[in-house]
Amino acid sequence: MNKKPEDIKVIIATDCGSTTTKAILIQYDEQKKEYRQTHRGEAPTTVEAPFEDVTNGVLNSIQELSELSGIELLDENNRIIKNRSANRGCDIYISTSSAGGGLQMMVAGVVRSMTAESAERAALGAGAIVMDVIASNDHRLPHEQIERIRQLRPDMILLSGGIDGGTTSHVVELAELISAADPKPRLGIGYKLPIIYAGNKDAQQNVRDALQDKVDLVVVDNLRPVLEKENLGPARDKIHDMFMEHVMQQAPGYKKLMSWTDSPIMPTPGAVGAIIERVSQMNNLQVVGVDIGGATTDVFSVFINPEEEKPVFNRTVSANLGMSYSISNVLAEATLPNIARWIPFPIDERELRNQIKNKMIRPTTIPQTLKSLVIEQAIAREALRLAFLQHKSFATTLKGVQKQRTIADAFEQTGTEGTIVNMMNLNLLVGSGGVLSHAPRRNQAAMMMIDAFRPEGITILAVDSIFMMPHLGVLAEVHPKAATEVFLKDCLIYLGSCVAPVGQFKEGKEVGKYQIDLPTGRVEGVLQQGEVKLFPLGVGQKAKATFEPSGKADFGHGKGIKFDTELDGGVVGVILDGRGRPLMTVPDDKKARIEQMLSWLENLNVYNMTELRKLGQAV
Amino acid sequence: MAHAYTPGLKVSPKIHLSKRRILPLKGEVIVSVGQKVGSDDVVARTELPGKVIPVNAANILGVPPAELPRFMLKPDGSQLKKDEVYAMAKSFFGLFKTPLKAPEDCTIENVSTITGKVLLRGKPFPVEVKAYIESKVIEVIPKEGVVVEAWAAYAQGIFGIGGETHGPLSMACDSPGEPLSPEKISAEYRGRVIVGGSIVTAAALKKAIDNGVKAIVVGGFDDQDLRNFLGYDLGVAITGSEQKGITLVITEGFGEIPMAERTFNLLKRYVGREVCVNGATQIRAGVIRPEVVIPMSEAELQSGEDVTAGALQAGTPIRIIREPYFGRIGKVSDLPPELTKLESETKARILKVRFEDQSEAVVPRANVEILET
Repeated sequence: MNKKPEDIKVIIATDCGSTTTKAILIQYDEQKKEYRQTHRGEAPTTVEAPFEDVTNGVLNSIQELSELSGIELLDENNRIIKNRSANRGCDIYISTSSAGGGLQMMVAGVVRSMTAESAERAALGAGAIVMDVIASNDHRLPHEQIERIRQLRPDMILLSGGIDGGTTSHVVELAELISAADPKPRLGIGYKLPIIYAGNKDAQQNVRDALQDKVDLVVVDNLRPVLEKENLGPARDKIHDMFMEHVMQQAPGYKKLMSWTDSPIMPTPGAVGAIIERVSQMNNLQVVGVDIGGATTDVFSVFINPEEEKPVFNRTVSANLGMSYSISNVLAEATLPNIARWIPFPIDERELRNQIKNKMIRPTTIPQTLKSLVIEQAIAREALRLAFLQHKSFATTLKGVQKQRTIADAFEQTGTEGTIVNMMNLNLLVGSGGVLSHAPRRNQAAMMMIDAFRPEGITILAVDSIFMMPHLGVLAEVHPKAATEVFLKDCLIYLGSCVAPVGQFKEGKEVGKYQIDLPTGRVEGVLQQGEVKLFPLGVGQKAKATFEPSGKADFGHGKGIKFDTELDGGVVGVILDGRGRPLMTVPDDKKARIEQMLSWLENLNVYNMTELRKLGQAV
Repeated sequence: MAHAYTPGLKVSPKIHLSKRRILPLKGEVIVSVGQKVGSDDVVARTELPGKVIPVNAANILGVPPAELPRFMLKPDGSQLKKDEVYAMAKSFFGLFKTPLKAPEDCTIENVSTITGKVLLRGKPFPVEVKAYIESKVIEVIPKEGVVVEAWAAYAQGIFGIGGETHGPLSMACDSPGEPLSPEKISAEYRGRVIVGGSIVTAAALKKAIDNGVKAIVVGGFDDQDLRNFLGYDLGVAITGSEQKGITLVITEGFGEIPMAERTFNLLKRYVGREVCVNGATQIRAGVIRPEVVIPMSEAELQSGEDVTAGALQAGTPIRIIREPYFGRIGKVSDLPPELTKLESETKARILKVRFEDQSEAVVPRANVEILET
C-alpha cells in the first residue's frame, strides 16, 4: 500500500469467520471530517467443500456492500476495484481470518509457570488457540508428551525455555522430544511444520541440530531473557509471519486473498486484541473486552501492572466455553446450581439438560420463548464468569521472580494471586458476541456483564454493535485514525455506567447516599444492601454525581470516602448496584431466590416482567 | 443475509454416495480402481511409528552426557531384540559393569550428547483402513487411500456415539413414537443393527450391549442417561472414538422425540438387509453427522426414487427444532419478509407453519429444518 493516509477515503474490510464472512465499508465524511462505518454485508464462508475457496464468500459479502452502498466495488471480472473514482472502487482492502479453525498452536517451555506460561501468553497474544502446553515439569512422562505432540497436529509450535545464559539441557531435551514425535502439520501433507524457537540463546545451535532436518525451524530472541522480564514481541511477530507464510498458504483460496489485501491478513482474535490495546493506549483507559462466541470465549484486557507501572495487554481463550457448540460444556464446568441461580422460575434438571444439548446439536437456533431466552442468558452469565476467572488467573505479574512480602500480603492472598486485573481500576468493559450484542434489550446485556464480571466502583459498559472489532484491529495497522474514530463512534454502543460499591454489607443496611444531576432533574436517595437501581441517562450525556458511602463501603475513592464525579450515559443509563463485592450470595430457599432475582430484573427493566412473573409463579 | 435456516438432515431412499477412505499417515493402497470391495475389506494400510522410549542413559551409566557415544555398543539406527545390551559402562578397572538392555524389540533412534538421553523406538504398529460400505473403488489417491462409491438408501442422524460398524437391520419397535424399552431387546438381535422409536432408555441400552447388539438407531436419548453411559458430561459434540461396545445414532435430538416417519419407514423397508452405521459426530465448521447407509444392489437401483432437495418456500415440509414446538412437523404456509418480534422480544425473520392438525404457528426461520422430499 503506498497511499498517503489522507488520500484514503473508502475502505473495505472483511473478516472470514468459520461460518460467516462479514464485510464492512468505511467512508470518509468530507463535511464532518470524520471516518464512519456506513454499510455492512455478509455471506457464508466458502473455505470448505464444495467451494474450497475463501474468496467466493469474500466477493459475495463485498457484492452485498456494493448493492447496499450503490458504490461499484467489483469489476466485470469480479475483482475488487482499487483505483477509486467517483462512486467506483475503494482505496484499500484489508482482512482478518479465523476460518478453518483459526491458528492452532502448541507451545512448549521448561517450567510450566514460567517460560511455558510466557510462551503461552505470546501465542495467545498473537491470536492463536493453544491446544496444549508441554513443559518439562507438567507431570507427564516423556513418551506421553511425545504421543500428545504427535496426536495434536498443530499449525505451528512455539518452543521456549531457559533464560539467556542459563542451563541448556532442559530446552534441548524438549527439542529432542519434539523431534522424536516428528509432528505433522494440520493442513497440507507436502510441507514441514513451522517451529519457532524463542528460548535460551545459548541453546540455539543444539536446538537447530535436533530439529532443523525435520521441521521448518525459525529462531527468534528469547521471550524470557531474564526471569524478571518478558520479551514477547519478536515471538508474537514471527507467529504472524509464519501464519501468513505457511498456514494461510495451505488454506483454500488464501493465496489469492493475500494478493488482494493491502496489509497482511491477521488472525481474528489477534486483530481484536490490537484494537483494544490501541484504544486503551490512546485514551489512557484500563479496559476489558470479551467476545463470547459459539465455541469459545475470548477475554482481552489492558491493566496497569502495579510492579512496573505500565499497561500490560493480556488475552485468554476459553476454548470450550461458548453459547452453541460448547454450551454443554458450560453446564459441565459451571454445574447446574450455578446456572439455576440466575433463573427466576423453577426448572426441571432433566428438561434443562436436554434443552442445552439440543442447542449444542442444532447451534444456529434462536430462543423463541421468554423462558428459553432467560435460560440462555443465565448460561451466558456463567460462561462469561468462568472465562473471566481463567483470564484473571492468567493475567498475572511474572511468576518465578523473587518478591519481598510483608505480613499484610499474607492476609490478602486469593485464588488469583498475583493477578493484575483490578476491577476497581477498570474504566471500560466491552462485550461482544451474539448473546451480548444481539440481546433483545440492551438492559439484558448490561445485567449479564455486571453479574458475570462484577465491576467495582465506576465502570462504563459498552457492547460491540455488529462485531467489527476484528476489522478495526487490522485497519489500525494501516490507518490508526480511521480505526479509532470508527471504533468510538460506530463500533461501540454505550450502555451507560455501573456504580458498584465494594464491601460486604449487612442485610437491610444502608450502603451509601447518592445524588445525581440528571438532565431531567436531580435524584437523591439511599442505596440499600442488595438493591439495584436504574436512572436514565442517554448516549453522549453526562451527569454530575456525589456518592457518600456508609461505613466501610468503597464507591471508588476508598473506604467511606465521599466524592464528586461525572457519570457517562448510554442506552441503558446509570446503574447503582448495592449487592456488594464480592457479590452477595443468593438465598438457598427457592422461593426467596426467585423473588430476589425478580426484584433485580424488575428494577433494571431487563425482561417483560408480567410474562416472567407468570413463569415464576409455578413455585 | 446468509441462509437463516438449517438445511436439514439427509434422509434419502436413493443416493449415489462417495466416501474418502484415507490413512492417518502415508502408506500403501492395496486395491485398484474399479475393484469391488466389501465392508470389512482392507483398502489401505500403513505402519504408525512405534512408541518412543526415552532412557536417561548417561545418568544410569554414570557418565557425562558428552561422552555417552563412547559407551554405546551399537550405532544409531540399530535394531535391538528385547534384553539385548546396547550400551555398557565399566568401572573400577572393569570389575563393575553397568549394561543398558533393550526393554522390548526396538531401534536406537537418537543418542544425545546434551541431555545424555537415548531414545529407543518400539516396533511400528499396523493401521488399516477398511472400505466400510460395500462399494466400488473409483479413485486411488497414491499412498493415502481411496474414494469408493455406492448406491444406497441413506439416513443421517443428528448425534451419535461410537464408530463404524455394520450388521443386518431389525426393527425393535413397531412405530416411530414407541420407546425402546428393555423388554423389546432379546438375544436374537446379537450382531444386528436395531431400530427403535422415540427414545432408548438407559436400561434398554445396557441390555442391548449385553446381548451383543452392534448399533441402535432411535429418535431420542436423555442427556442424563448419556452422562451415566459415558461416565462423563459430554462438553462438545465431537464423538466417534468411544469404545462402549455399541454404536448409537439419535435421529431427532435429546429427550423423548418420535423418529421422523420418513426415516422410520425408510429403515423399515430394508429389514434384514446389511446396513453400515457410524456414530461419529462433529458439530463445528466442517460438520459431520452420524449416518445409516444401506448399500443397494444394481437390480434395486432401477427401482429407487429420485431425490429433490427443497428450498424454503410456501408448501415446503419442515420440522421445528426448538421449543415451544420442538419436533413438530408441518408445511410452510407463509414467509413474510420483514423482521418480526418474537415472545422473547428477539427480532427475527420468521415463517408461518401449518401443522398436520391444521393449526398454525409462527416460528423463526432459524428454528426449522427442511425435510427433503
